[in-house]
Amino acid sequence: MAFRTAFPYTIPVLTGYLFIGLAFGVMFQEKGYNFLWAIFMSIVVYAGSGQYLAVNFFAPGVGLLNVIFMTFMVNVRHIFYGLSLLERFGKMGKKRPYMIFSLTDETYSLLCTTKIPKDVEEDKFLFAIAFLDHLYWIAGSAVGAIAGTVIPFNAEGIDFAMTALFIVIFVEQWLAGGKRIPAVIGVVSTIVLRLVFGVDNFVLPSMICIMICLVSGRTYIEKGVSSNAD
Amino acid sequence: MPISAGRSLLIIIVVSMVTFATRVIPFLLFPKGKEIPPLVKYLGTALPPAVIGMLVIYCLKSVNLFAYPHGAPELIAGFAVVVLHIWKRNNLLSIGVGTVLYMFLIQNVFV
Repeated sequence: MAFRTAFPYTIPVLTGYLFIGLAFGVMFQEKGYNFLWAIFMSIVVYAGSGQYLAVNFFAPGVGLLNVIFMTFMVNVRHIFYGLSLLERFGKMGKKRPYMIFSLTDETYSLLCTTKIPKDVEEDKFLFAIAFLDHLYWIAGSAVGAIAGTVIPFNAEGIDFAMTALFIVIFVEQWLAGGKRIPAVIGVVSTIVLRLVFGVDNFVLPSMICIMICLVSGRTYIEKGVSSNAD
Repeated sequence: MPISAGRSLLIIIVVSMVTFATRVIPFLLFPKGKEIPPLVKYLGTALPPAVIGMLVIYCLKSVNLFAYPHGAPELIAGFAVVVLHIWKRNNLLSIGVGTVLYMFLIQNVFV
């Protein structure tokens, strides 16, 4: 029931994950790892950019410390995601560890912005979103590893589905009002620090800059939130 | 396989654990039942819009404005998503049309 209610909300992620997962499966398979490896990795790791990066670790002479450091850096933005879900996950009992494990960019965005429909229990609904997204990711990487090289059409650019998903969520939040200042802070900080630090090193500086701006502008931002909510 | 199965397995487990570590840190700092400080509560509500703004840019991080096609496909398709979404407010329509348009642009127009 919760799964049926949650499914339509996850279709954008379905499209995106199938194809980004597929690309991962293809890359991993080209390294000499068959679909069982791809499925296993997508079950236990479950991170888009993290798994893309990890493909490079399967080579002679890559040290474990290097693996730890690089994985940490590519996923460092996730450190801040849980702050928005402490209370909601706190009410989820046995599902809580899985919810934390499965907190990808896409799932985080859906969990934070989707209004829970009235006819469904909150914890079941949130779990259904997280679990469906995970399934799409596993399915995508399996298909990629098995048949990725023989896709009958040119899928180049289909990963734009993920960009479009975030744009849509961004627009929804913007139209709802109330939180436009944080939204602007997020966009502007990231653009500036991407230009300053370059494509490989801008995420952590951006997150830190966002935190500093949000904390120092707190009085102003909170006033904006409450006056818009009236 | 370029390295042994055992070593491969070890790498996957390590990557899995580090990834989980980044996600679990806030929950360890503020465990269940412990009072959440007002500043953290505030950040919890102010962060999602900022992070989603960051993720939009993150998705576009490889766009090079200073070389052909100067980010034109991303700009056009992104703009289409915004306009379509403000007009129709239909998630699937906005994402579907935007994605197909983007694929068309990079495969046929800006090649």
